[in-house]
Amino acid sequence: MSFLKSLPSRSLILFCILVGLGFAMPTWGVFLVTIAFAKGLVALGNVAMMRGGLVSFGQGLYYCTGAYVAGFMAIHLGFSDIFLLCLAGVFVSTIVGAILGPILSTYRGIFFAMLSLAVSMILYGALSKATALGSTDGLTLPGPTFLGFAPEGRALSLHLYIFTVTLVVAAGTLMRMLFDSERGLITLAIKDNELRVEYLGASVRATMSVNFVIAAALGGLGGVIAGLAIGHVDPEYAYWTTSGEFVFVAILAGHFSVGAIFIASVILELVRSFSSLYFPNTWQLALGLFLLLVILLLPDGLGSLMKRWSRATAAFTKKRI
Amino acid sequence: MTAVALQVDDLHKRFDAVTAAEGISVTVPEGVVWSLIGSNGAGKTTFVNMVTGYIKPDRGRIQFHGSDITALTPREITRLGMRRSFQIPQLCAELTVLENMLVSCAINQDRKPSFWHPATSKDDVDKAMEILARFRIAESSNHRMAELSGGARKLLDIAMALYGNPKVMLLDEPTSGVAAEEKFPIMDRVMEALSKENVTTLFVEHDMDIVTRYSDRVLAFYDGRIIANDSPDEVLGDEDVQRYVTGTVT
Repeated sequence: MSFLKSLPSRSLILFCILVGLGFAMPTWGVFLVTIAFAKGLVALGNVAMMRGGLVSFGQGLYYCTGAYVAGFMAIHLGFSDIFLLCLAGVFVSTIVGAILGPILSTYRGIFFAMLSLAVSMILYGALSKATALGSTDGLTLPGPTFLGFAPEGRALSLHLYIFTVTLVVAAGTLMRMLFDSERGLITLAIKDNELRVEYLGASVRATMSVNFVIAAALGGLGGVIAGLAIGHVDPEYAYWTTSGEFVFVAILAGHFSVGAIFIASVILELVRSFSSLYFPNTWQLALGLFLLLVILLLPDGLGSLMKRWSRATAAFTKKRI
Repeated sequence: MTAVALQVDDLHKRFDAVTAAEGISVTVPEGVVWSLIGSNGAGKTTFVNMVTGYIKPDRGRIQFHGSDITALTPREITRLGMRRSFQIPQLCAELTVLENMLVSCAINQDRKPSFWHPATSKDDVDKAMEILARFRIAESSNHRMAELSGGARKLLDIAMALYGNPKVMLLDEPTSGVAAEEKFPIMDRVMEALSKENVTTLFVEHDMDIVTRYSDRVLAFYDGRIIANDSPDEVLGDEDVQRYVTGTVT
């Protein structure tokens, strides 16, 4: 039983379940979950910063950077290998995050939120005018290859899904370890009391800069996957409403559970897909009402529900023993 | 000859028209327990804030074990081994008592805080609980700040600052906001814990009974200046101190 309790083994079991689900789902479901997981990766980065009290309304910047790097490499340089495109997208997003992180991490509250949004909108504006990158039409990406293997149709969707699930489980496991680590606890303390943390000898700015860079890398990774899954990238990836979605998912999930972030992202995609199908002109209203309900009933997000459930299970098991 | 822990030379600080420090000079030897007294606005907290880097003096120099720390940040000064507690305890309200202590453990260890090492590893929890037990607040380890008494919050604030073998501790009003009957038990616990670590201690205090009982020497502040610097009996018997600080002479 102790095997089942360790984080890597739980991740492995989750990976097998998710891969199995992929084979059972229809193609539209596979696509929807792939996109939701890609966006979940970006929201995971957002949560890493929210744990330290910073809410970024500009994660679209890294999402868009990752997607455009993949698009540019695929179209202009002829690279199609998904591993290479992911590495390049994450690398460039991380560099952008490493440049902006130390600057933006000195700001707090609404100033940080607005500055992060502003930087993202600068990219949106620049891409909209960049004819070499397709201007407002963006770039259309060819299907990716997997170490030379080039699947098509449903096989491509499934390969992309399994690739995404692998990254999501790996990133989720690593981020869970980070959240539970000494750095993770210091980040939570920063959210509560920066003065105390500085007077204990830790650098608030350095800690939050590291979180910022991690969030940028995850944003870039999510962007590459989304770009390849959709087969198209355009400046909307950096638009403020896209960044707003990541904040929406982060609020919906809360900061207690990594799994909740991906569940919240799937819920958002489901609500959006079905709402736009049945109420094409008012789907945002349905989304707003849904978020309102979650905030009223679960102010700490879906993750708090999962935490309560796991506590109750632990208490029940203890009682039985 | 006793080594010098802290040397302050000719500190000046003004906040617009208010003089918070005017030519403060003092040499604090290692291993002593001194108290800082003075009425509100006399410059005690400004002195503590300048020494710990929270505010910079307009003029003057602060040396810590021979190194000039005047221009250093609070974090850099903390890393050198000078710690402080606060008049209003600076704790993490969303975390439990144990988690607050674990934050201090995570920051103040031989290596840099890890990205992977669990913050709640058995070793770290044992260390944190040992410190909490020393301050006799271990039984509240799972409580959040809202559930703690004023005294317990003060103790936790000091316990967090004490972790990691500091050389000098500055305690800003360790018994303010604490019930009268709790003051001496709290100071007993604090002094017992500090004496085990042989930490040079300076504490700001308004209660003269506590000053007399716990300090080797007293610095009396008035109008941004030190008007007396001697043993508790001498300082509390000083006419200026009685007039401007304790209010026993009208």
